[in-house]
Amino acid sequence: MTRVFVPRDAAALALGADAVAAALAGHAAVTRTGSRGLFWLEPMIEVETPQGRIAFGPVTARDVPELLSAGLLDAAPHRLRLGKPEDHPFLARQTRFTFSRCGITDPLSLDDYRAHGGLKGLARALELGPARTVEEVTKSGLRGRGGAGFPTGIKWKTTADAPGGQGGEQKYIVCNADEGDSGTYADRMLMEGDPFALIEGMAIAAISVGATKGFVYTRSEYPHAIATFNAALAIVRQEGVLGADVLGSGHAFDIEQRVGAGAYVCGEETSLLDSLEGKRGQVRAKPPLPAHRGLFGKPTVVNNVITLASVPFVLAEGAAAYQGIGYGRSRGTMPIQLAGNVCYAGLFEAGFGLTLGEIVNDIGGGTLSGRPVRAVQVGGPLGAYFPPSLFDTPFDYEAFAARDGLIGHGGVVVFDDTVDLAAQARFAMEFCSVESCGKCTPCRIGSVRGMEVIDRIMAGDRVDMHLELLTDLCHTMKFGSLCALGGFIPYPVMSALTHFPEDFRAPQKVAAE
Amino acid sequence: MADYEPWNEVRGAEIIAGLATRDGAAIPILHALQEAFGCVPAAAVPMIAETLNLTRAEVHGIVTFYHDFRSHPPGRHVLKLCRAEACQSLGADALAAHVRNRLGVDWHATTKDGAVTLEPVFCLGLCAIGPSALLDDKPLARLDPARIEAELEAAA
Repeated sequence: MTRVFVPRDAAALALGADAVAAALAGHAAVTRTGSRGLFWLEPMIEVETPQGRIAFGPVTARDVPELLSAGLLDAAPHRLRLGKPEDHPFLARQTRFTFSRCGITDPLSLDDYRAHGGLKGLARALELGPARTVEEVTKSGLRGRGGAGFPTGIKWKTTADAPGGQGGEQKYIVCNADEGDSGTYADRMLMEGDPFALIEGMAIAAISVGATKGFVYTRSEYPHAIATFNAALAIVRQEGVLGADVLGSGHAFDIEQRVGAGAYVCGEETSLLDSLEGKRGQVRAKPPLPAHRGLFGKPTVVNNVITLASVPFVLAEGAAAYQGIGYGRSRGTMPIQLAGNVCYAGLFEAGFGLTLGEIVNDIGGGTLSGRPVRAVQVGGPLGAYFPPSLFDTPFDYEAFAARDGLIGHGGVVVFDDTVDLAAQARFAMEFCSVESCGKCTPCRIGSVRGMEVIDRIMAGDRVDMHLELLTDLCHTMKFGSLCALGGFIPYPVMSALTHFPEDFRAPQKVAAE
Repeated sequence: MADYEPWNEVRGAEIIAGLATRDGAAIPILHALQEAFGCVPAAAVPMIAETLNLTRAEVHGIVTFYHDFRSHPPGRHVLKLCRAEACQSLGADALAAHVRNRLGVDWHATTKDGAVTLEPVFCLGLCAIGPSALLDDKPLARLDPARIEAELEAAA
């Protein structure tokens, strides 16, 4: 029977992929894959032909009988036929290092993983030994993809140099899969579409620093990622990739997945560690750094899913291949996640340095509503709102910071001209008040006061005075909070105020008319 | 939809004992209790405290810190509606107003007939196809009033 690939990514499921797979059963050999990340075309199915895979999409279960009779299994012409996926402009423009297998392989087939270059990175790391592996990661220029952008190799070296390790004191690898930023879904896609890449990255990290135990802290809002990743763990344990003797190397390493419980702040690394320890997920002061005293007080590497999943490529292809692309001090690729009111919403992995305008207009195709783009929030709920006048900003950690923003975990949320930035600023404060861990007063109380002040501004009550108060409050939160939640909530608020001041004056105008 | 057991001390003690030896056992225990009973019953708090050598206040502090843990079982279905920015850009606020009005409940509440508990959620990772929701464990996307009504009716 002809093989047809149907995604099992949660987004594809939300759009009816299971029903499509059921409709194809009996007519074709259905293999479930992750998503390629072209969500406006999901469910996007692919037919295996002697010329390669041919994609069709978006396909609903109702389209299947007609597609079959029109010659789907021979990839015959049809209005839903997209051609070879790799030739699709959205994919052809990408540089897929980390997501090279996502949407192509069966996420739970280790043979498939191996056939597509999997485990080469781990094999090379075992050949190089711990010190040279850490060196390779440092040379690649890879920085933390969770948002902070800290050089991964340096973090690993710090943990490697801490006392303990194989046979001695326990060290840990902790993967942060608490992807709570709105507009981001790269961790979810990877865990559902290529979970072995994360496991391989964690194993490389473990061997490099001498850790024997790993934890993946996955948010509870991702039931499908949790299930897929647990299934993947069972497979690699059986195959000897994890366990007492990783790939026959003599190194012991195992991974346990833990599920979060709906607290956004647990995406902050020290809150995450407290939560893993079974406590309230409250932020810790640093130092001590987790690399010295992390989980249960032991030396711990805490990395984001994408950081760890990028490591196998770095080892397999060499640091130079990764380091060779990028922009400034941002080396390698970033999976940019286009989200919200955007025409071509999806995952776009590319070297750093594309401008925000290229991302939103050329790649994203502008708004889905067809109305003009008014604001783009980059980097999740703690990221700044950028107006089109800043669309020349290159996608790079430093360039965004220079414009009082951040790239965070790579989410780009597009808003059309119906957006009210005062309401968005209020939402930022509301979100902070709901999600604050409560440790720092400026965040815990300031966010509530921030909401109240914005409410007064929106009601036209002594606007100038209240704007000054809001600005002052943002300063206090920025400098008086331990972590990025209270510390960065001023970014969306102040960017809204700086770039869209008219939205904060609207009620007064109405009153004057 | 899940079929929850009524609270049973013996069963609760079994669940707690089964996970107690794990590192950082509190959160896995709370999840397991909620999976069985639909919530973390107040009666379980002193039992967890005793087992993990914590005070009741500490356990209470942990339970109440996390949005996921409930003190009472939910309705027959749980609708988690995304309220985050990407979904807002596609009309999530208006959708949420419609759903609250249609169900006659506010956030965190259960409809009078016990059919649906409405929970806000800040991002489901379905940001490219919003507004989105999880109905029990079923992901829903590109929601509008008509679609969500159809899904709620189909589930009922």
